Amino acid sequence: MSAIYLRRRVTNWIAIALSTLATLVGLVFLAWILWETLRQGISALNFKLFTSITANGEDGGLANAMVGSLIINFLGIAIATPIGVMAGTWLAEYANRTKLGETIRFLNDILLSAPSIVMGLFVYTIIVLPSTVLTHGSTTFSGFAGGVALALIALPVIVRTTDEMLRLVPSTLREAALSLGVPQWKLTMQILVRAARSGIITGVLLALARISGETAPLLFTAFGNNYMTLNPIDKMSSLPQIIYQYANDPGDTMHAMAWAGAFVVTMFVLLLSLGSRLIFSRNKVSHD
Amino acid sequence: MSAQPGTIAPPMVVEQRTRRDARQELFFRWLLKGCALLVLASLLGAAGATLWGGREAFAKFGWHFLVSTAWDPGNDVYGALVPVYGTIVTSLIALLIAVPVSFGIALYLSEVAPAWLRTPVSSAIELLAGIPSIIYGMWGLFVFAPFFSAHIKPWLTNNLGNKPDDGKLSWVAQHVPFIGKLFGSDYPFGASILVAGIVLAIMIVPFISSVMREVFQTVPTRLKESAYALGSSTWEVSWDIVLPYTRSAVIGGIFLGLGRALGETMAVAFIIGNSMTFSASLLDPGTSIASTIANQFSEASGLQKSSLMALAFLLFVVTFIVLLIARLMLRQLKRKEGN
Repeated sequence: MSAIYLRRRVTNWIAIALSTLATLVGLVFLAWILWETLRQGISALNFKLFTSITANGEDGGLANAMVGSLIINFLGIAIATPIGVMAGTWLAEYANRTKLGETIRFLNDILLSAPSIVMGLFVYTIIVLPSTVLTHGSTTFSGFAGGVALALIALPVIVRTTDEMLRLVPSTLREAALSLGVPQWKLTMQILVRAARSGIITGVLLALARISGETAPLLFTAFGNNYMTLNPIDKMSSLPQIIYQYANDPGDTMHAMAWAGAFVVTMFVLLLSLGSRLIFSRNKVSHD
Repeated sequence: MSAQPGTIAPPMVVEQRTRRDARQELFFRWLLKGCALLVLASLLGAAGATLWGGREAFAKFGWHFLVSTAWDPGNDVYGALVPVYGTIVTSLIALLIAVPVSFGIALYLSEVAPAWLRTPVSSAIELLAGIPSIIYGMWGLFVFAPFFSAHIKPWLTNNLGNKPDDGKLSWVAQHVPFIGKLFGSDYPFGASILVAGIVLAIMIVPFISSVMREVFQTVPTRLKESAYALGSSTWEVSWDIVLPYTRSAVIGGIFLGLGRALGETMAVAFIIGNSMTFSASLLDPGTSIASTIANQFSEASGLQKSSLMALAFLLFVVTFIVLLIARLMLRQLKRKEGN
């Protein structure tokens, strides 16, 4: 065996070993994070978490934060879905290959990874500040503002999946409908969106998974509220925000409750993203 | 107005229907376009709102804002250097760790692993991307930072730092410039710039590795097979054929990860220690732009609030440029695919 040959074989072995090691490191951290969340979360779970509110402190639960999270996430998805689906449809059906369309598609991809805290400050400026001035301070932070902030984060996800899914619909469908004299808007609404429906729903579910763990944009929009409220123009707490608050608290009981909240959020997010992938696995969705 | 079978609608009816269709079509088109323009508006709005909010700070401090380490609410003097330094250093640490690890994972998944193992392993790695950032923060604060300060930090300060426990400087700290400063610390807790960088690295690995894996798969099989046929090893094919062929997209993927790391808020806010004083040591607590905003904005007013807005504007502009480069690099690859 010549020296060069030996060196090449050894280099190859080392490279393969290192790449396997890198994969193992990734998997170890995944397991470590999930394991700790499961262990600490499950041991802190109890019935009171779902019935009592955070105003009761150490003897309380997280009921108001859970309800708040549901309302804010629902608002976010309810605002982002129609706008995102329509914008994605425009990109795929009307503006494919136009300059403006290409620009918006490109900027949407950038928005996909833009820092969420800046989106929170944007919504603070356009909703929280004006409502404080207009109502002389009686309405400041609100669950609605939180919903808008989350909608801005969900929007690019929905735009991108709708756009991708519609472009996968075979153009023979379009040609067949157009040759029968169907106006383009009817073709879009009744045939194309229907054909791409499962893919679009996947996008909405992924967007929901993405926003349910978001904390930063809620700090200055929904703010937080220790009491139960269903009114979207009130200050509203959410699970991630309470987790952040309790984790920074010195008390161990608070830490346990933060872990319980973290467990609930993680399970929700992972089940959503796993579920949407399993159900619609025939549609390839990229979401980087 | 429905036409009888076998008859033709009178011209007037046809014309009316054509007009109505055209009107609805126009309305529909503008509605969709309006929604698409909202995407543009949210991007411009975020930049505009933070610039507008930061105008007082920019006007008062000017360029000095960027180079000042002061952050003193008592005297109302603010500078961006400490959070900017923290943001850049944590992101660089994250890239230093994440890029080789991601390349290893992509290499393993595209060349080394047996076919049956590829899908489950890559889904597991992608699961890391789905975990909310606040969970990384919790895990970092309660699990990783204590582990780090008990097992890794003492070794680093004693063998590399300029403030070892026994007072005897190691050979490395004496002879390699800067190393002693970077790893010298007498701060007793784990929360630090280095820990924040490590946790950020874990967070961006799935993004970078999935882009790398995706682009590695676009390399024509005949290129790789030609190299194998000439006797190349797996490593030589990856390093000399696959990597040069996909270079721009790989750089794009790395910039995508960098964009994520720069803007990450919650995970960093939990574990960076949130100290506004400047320290060159990686083992001392620091702060990043995003975590400074998260910690201070709700209690700030006046010039402090404006300075935080100005910080947000800086962050937004920098991440925008980084992500712009990333997408441009990745777009070149798409064009290549089309040919």
